[in-house]
Amino acid sequence: MPRIGVFICHCGENIAGTVDTAAVAKNAADFPGVVHSIDYKYMCSDPGQNLIKEAIKEKKLTGVVVAACSPRMHEPTFRRACAESGLNPFLCEMANLREHCSWVHEKGEATTEKATDLVRIMVEKVKRNRPLYPISVPVTKTALVLGGGIAGIQAALDIANAGHKVVMVEREASIGGHMAQLSETFPTLDCSQCILTPRMVEVAQHPNITLYTYSELESLEGFIGNFKAVIRKKARSIDETTCTGCGACIQKCPTKKIPSEFNAQLGMRTAIYVPFPQAVPNKPVIDRKNCTFFKNGRCKLCERVCPAKALRYDQEDMLVELNVGAVVAATGYQVKDTDFFPEYGYGAHKDILTGLQFERLASASGPTQGVIKRPSDGQIPETVVFVACAGSRDPAKGINYCSKICCMYTAKHAMLYRHKVHSGKAYIFYMDIRAGGKMYEEFVRRAIEEDHVNYVRGRVSRIYKKNGKLIVKGVDTLLNSRPVEIEADMVVLATAMVAQPDAEALAQKMKVSYDENKFLSEAHPKLRPVEMNTAGIFVAGACQAPKDIPEAVAQASGAASKVIGLFSKDELSREPVVAVVSRMGPPDFSTCIGCFLCESACPYQAIEREEIKARDGRLIKTVAKVNQGVCQGCGTCVALCRSKSIDLQGFTNEQVFAELVTL
Amino acid sequence: MKVGFFPGCSLEGSAREYNESLQAIAPVLGFELSEVPDWNCCGATAAHTLNHKLALALPARILALAEKAGLTELLVPCSACYTRLAATRDELIHDEALRRDISSIIELPVTGRTKVLNVLDVLAACASDGLKDKVRKPFAHKVACYYGCYLTRPEKLASCKRAEDPQEMDDILRLVGAEPVDWAFKVECCGAGLSVSRTGSVAELSGRIVADAADRGAEAIIVACPMCHTNLDLRRDAITEKRQTPYSIPVLYVSQAIGLALGLSPRSLGLHRHHVPVRLPERPAPSPEPALQPSGPKED
Amino acid sequence: MSASAQHPTHPETLSEHVQDATGESVFNCYQCGKCTAGCPLAAEMDFAPNQILRLLQLGLPGMEEEVLKSLSIWLCLTCETCAARCPQEVELPKIMDYLRQQSLKRGLVHPKARDILAFHQAFLDSIRKNGRLHEVGLISAYKLRTFHLLQDVLVAPKLLARGKLSLLPHGIAGKADVARIFAKCAAADAEAGRHEPQTDKAEQP
Repeated sequence: MPRIGVFICHCGENIAGTVDTAAVAKNAADFPGVVHSIDYKYMCSDPGQNLIKEAIKEKKLTGVVVAACSPRMHEPTFRRACAESGLNPFLCEMANLREHCSWVHEKGEATTEKATDLVRIMVEKVKRNRPLYPISVPVTKTALVLGGGIAGIQAALDIANAGHKVVMVEREASIGGHMAQLSETFPTLDCSQCILTPRMVEVAQHPNITLYTYSELESLEGFIGNFKAVIRKKARSIDETTCTGCGACIQKCPTKKIPSEFNAQLGMRTAIYVPFPQAVPNKPVIDRKNCTFFKNGRCKLCERVCPAKALRYDQEDMLVELNVGAVVAATGYQVKDTDFFPEYGYGAHKDILTGLQFERLASASGPTQGVIKRPSDGQIPETVVFVACAGSRDPAKGINYCSKICCMYTAKHAMLYRHKVHSGKAYIFYMDIRAGGKMYEEFVRRAIEEDHVNYVRGRVSRIYKKNGKLIVKGVDTLLNSRPVEIEADMVVLATAMVAQPDAEALAQKMKVSYDENKFLSEAHPKLRPVEMNTAGIFVAGACQAPKDIPEAVAQASGAASKVIGLFSKDELSREPVVAVVSRMGPPDFSTCIGCFLCESACPYQAIEREEIKARDGRLIKTVAKVNQGVCQGCGTCVALCRSKSIDLQGFTNEQVFAELVTL
Repeated sequence: MKVGFFPGCSLEGSAREYNESLQAIAPVLGFELSEVPDWNCCGATAAHTLNHKLALALPARILALAEKAGLTELLVPCSACYTRLAATRDELIHDEALRRDISSIIELPVTGRTKVLNVLDVLAACASDGLKDKVRKPFAHKVACYYGCYLTRPEKLASCKRAEDPQEMDDILRLVGAEPVDWAFKVECCGAGLSVSRTGSVAELSGRIVADAADRGAEAIIVACPMCHTNLDLRRDAITEKRQTPYSIPVLYVSQAIGLALGLSPRSLGLHRHHVPVRLPERPAPSPEPALQPSGPKED
Repeated sequence: MSASAQHPTHPETLSEHVQDATGESVFNCYQCGKCTAGCPLAAEMDFAPNQILRLLQLGLPGMEEEVLKSLSIWLCLTCETCAARCPQEVELPKIMDYLRQQSLKRGLVHPKARDILAFHQAFLDSIRKNGRLHEVGLISAYKLRTFHLLQDVLVAPKLLARGKLSLLPHGIAGKADVARIFAKCAAADAEAGRHEPQTDKAEQP
């Protein structure tokens, strides 16, 4: 015999102001099966919860209905209270009298009637609820970190230092990401590589970290605690175990005119190359697309000069299978190129650069050894114009957002230029100056007050070349919107920070959400910045949204802490609201007819096939089976099943129909 | 191919040579111009400045007459007329209530089914139809192709692909043997309708265009719009006065340059009607020595 | 954007009227100044293009009049350079057309713009009479309106000699139709004007 307890919450005035809660409680007392019905000001408070606990004990309740706010708010609260009194938490349901009733209707009889109805249907459901128990899932305590930039490096080190194994996968031949390309970082003007390379070495030498460079994620299957990843180790054409990194091959390679990606196309590299001298690992790769041997079958000079006999021209891509328990996506960003701007010359002018290209010019290890020179003729520019917001905050160009870092790095670039060319003039055309971080505002003021960088408030309409100069046509809106024309020797565009070109493909491979700008979506913009909606996959760095280095590092540590928390248990406890396929004794074994419509419909790939065999090994039938570790309880399979063989625990057909019929 | 033809008011008067040259090259290039019967003025700048409905009604009447004459495509050589007709067509197609309203004002049915083409559209079609083989006397000169405003803007009405550095006219001129220069004022406004009422402003704007073309070594400016031609050619004295520099660079309609390449006589193309005498060197001017060029090493 | 957001039901301020008539919201402009930076005639204007939008945005007493009295709106060439480059896709030429019409209706035309207006009016007069532009008629009418009697007096004979001017107008067969179109459009304009706020008559020049 059911013994249901009903608890109506006033929620202060939120519910009681519109619904006659006392009347609802009085009516509910007469519902069949209800033995206890009260109303109270704040059910979620300690005294409120105690009312439930005491009632369970005293009245020996078999089910509880709390009519209050949305279950998304307090279902865990009330279920915990029930569990503490010995009642299975899944025998507790909530009726939403707030979001579904008092907040959307005016005060009146009809509203109170609706509230009563809502309680009535939940009572009928709860009568049919069964006790459910959490599902345990084992956890593989290895983390997969995708991306070897500063965010990936930080996350990997944090997880490894906590005693867990980490596999890091980096697409390029070396880790370091974009931070390795920077000359100095704001606001301290620390040498970027100097602060980064120790971390890179730490990753390479850490006993808990396995580093795969020149590798990409091929596929990712599974679920939290139990992922199966396949990594494609692209063919380096080098045996990494015998190569000593002496660099003789690079010195002798005859193909020297390939635009260097690390130098943002401002310098050249060879076909067999290491991206930069401080690369980790310091092992070269052969760019097969541009290598003479791979194109025409002739050369092999590198093999002849290699003292360690490490060349392997017939090396093929290798697929590596990994079992991991968590994934951290830290795949970073790219910047728009100058050809994105028709009004600035479609990228045809060599002396119009992106911010990243300017970093390479300013970098001591860059193509010009840190001397600011014009790519066109090698002259030192006397006037440099910096254009902020190039592409960002520009719906006409399809990029609505602010790229966050450009205000700061433009100030930095102008300062570096002024430090290197004392007689040079620097102008920055800007819309706003966004310098909210620690010591950031002071940094910008230093650019203006000490280094005499000229900030002009207004955008640039067009830039064209005349007599070797770049004519910049802008405006100064602070000077009564006077059109301003500057003859520059060099122009640096602070181009928009955008997602990697294959960000969408990667997100789909991992089955994670991403937004219209192809940035990976965090689970909640305010309160869950490092988790994603796919359990077990975390996010860090600029692949989630434009951000600077301190933020990337903080977010990476945050993601790492989530992984460490996940790994702190040997088993993971999951909510038992999962689908179950009917099973019974012979001769039927299951009403499932094996059509597997559920398998193709399941958004989480949680349906498997199970062979039911007789004792002699003869196959009787193949039926569907739900992987309770992956199933998210969405109910799609239940709706589709033709034979009604699959049901959702906690929301069974019987329970839901009871609700509907009661109405 | 047969194509409808809307000359517009200036082609009947001050831009007569544009009409003459189009009529002259049409049979050679294999297209027949079928003039819209009893066409009216499109309203140009005056109409859209002073009365929004009028600015739609006048072009709508032209489109209605073209439809009535069974013309599926309409060549509109004047860029200003082109943008008015294209804009009107676009609005009529997308707004049924407006279409009915305008239709009742002009007392004619109009659907907007006639496609509006500019001169570059038609020449591009000829280019892919053997224009190169018909060239008798290659137009071997350095030219600055001037597009002005309405061939590239607004984006949804324009047929040029690169709004800041279009190449459609350059490609056609290359086909007839010319060497288009890379210059910075291809799509800058010439001063348009202020030619009479504020000639000083036109002198300033057109002056910048003429100066840049001349500085880049062009021997002729090629245009596709009578308004641009007037401002760059007829207003040359005002330009000279404003810039305190004489510029002798002639301004040719694209149809005239093509006509010369096809071997037609200058007279038949109306070259004698220009204000700035059309004197082109016999041989293409040799590229200036690097040392003499103020811009330094070869531009990228 | 919903239809109701595009067209306010009861426009009151000039910026609301602009939105009602053109569909453009001046509040999309974030005052970056790129329009002014590329405008061919910005240097000759009394208010830069972005300032015209700023006056409409802020809309404090007297600002609407400043806009309608400005020279800027009449100098605008509708060359579309601003619209082509505006990051917020504001169609400023459409707004300028509307402002010019309002400026004329309320009698607030800037003195230095009178020639420009006279030219447009003479142009339309010629079309209304003939169906097509009669260039000689246009210039004569312009001179009568502006008293710039010597305008292009040196140019005309050259054009004539080169066969580029016809002394007599060529009226089209349908010129009565064209005249009727003009009449209907003028009537529609006057009708719309009854729903727009009028300026204090004492303000008119």
